[in-house]
Amino acid sequence: MSEAGLAGALGVNGLIALFVSAILFSIGVIGVLLRRNAIIVFMCVELMLNAANLSLVAFSRMHGIEGQIFVFFVMAVAAAEAAVGLAIIIAIFRHYEVVDLDRFRLLKW
Amino acid sequence: MIQDFLFQAFAASAILGAVIMVTRRNPVSAVIFLVGVFFATSGMFLMLDAHYIAAINVILYGGAIMVLFLFVLMLLNLGHADWRDLRGPVGGLVGGSISIAFLGVLTRLFVGGADARPVVEIAGGALREAAAEQGVVGVVARPLFQEYVIVLEVTGVLLLVAIVGTILLARGERT
Repeated sequence: MSEAGLAGALGVNGLIALFVSAILFSIGVIGVLLRRNAIIVFMCVELMLNAANLSLVAFSRMHGIEGQIFVFFVMAVAAAEAAVGLAIIIAIFRHYEVVDLDRFRLLKW
Repeated sequence: MIQDFLFQAFAASAILGAVIMVTRRNPVSAVIFLVGVFFATSGMFLMLDAHYIAAINVILYGGAIMVLFLFVLMLLNLGHADWRDLRGPVGGLVGGSISIAFLGVLTRLFVGGADARPVVEIAGGALREAAAEQGVVGVVARPLFQEYVIVLEVTGVLLLVAIVGTILLARGERT
């Protein structure tokens, strides 16, 4: 079973969604590696989570509703993660007065 | 036909918005473009028969979480562009090559495998029929409160832990 078979099971739009999901994830990876602003790095992580959600929804057309249930839990965890992560950023800013990731060297050698 | 065109337009605007978001130096415009990306992916969710997920994506991601980001940017007064934000050419080369490796692996994983076969075969359009029968929310809510109810409760505990942790972190050293 090759690309045509998968396109048959997912539909052409599902296949496009998988490609878009891979591209969005890669753009998120570029953002995490390329930016120094902690808040923008964090936003790129959210973009990667959204890309994963997109592929889960696309596959849920093929495998049933469980994919959408996973997306629900991913969103709940992402909300918790955003709240805690931004609180950590605020705490770090209070200490260093900056959100530049290169300045945080406590665990680097 | 118009639906296919709309889907492709949403896909293109999601990718374009993500590229613009990563390259903006001003954090506020990055947030705005990320909201655009979330709206575009919500449109894609809508056309992949995930109506409830599309609504939640707009409300939770595009609304709540992005407002939180904007709020933190405003609180810390970081809404101005910083020339040191983007890494230099070496960082770009490393980041770009790792990202292209990710793209290749993911593409191969999604569509390149010779034995890419559905584990559970369900008929095409089954989700749409179930949504017409049980309602758009019911088709997600029914398994969520029957088979996955324990996971749902554990997620509730996780959110409680997140609330407590956030308050603890945000209050700082004061007793």
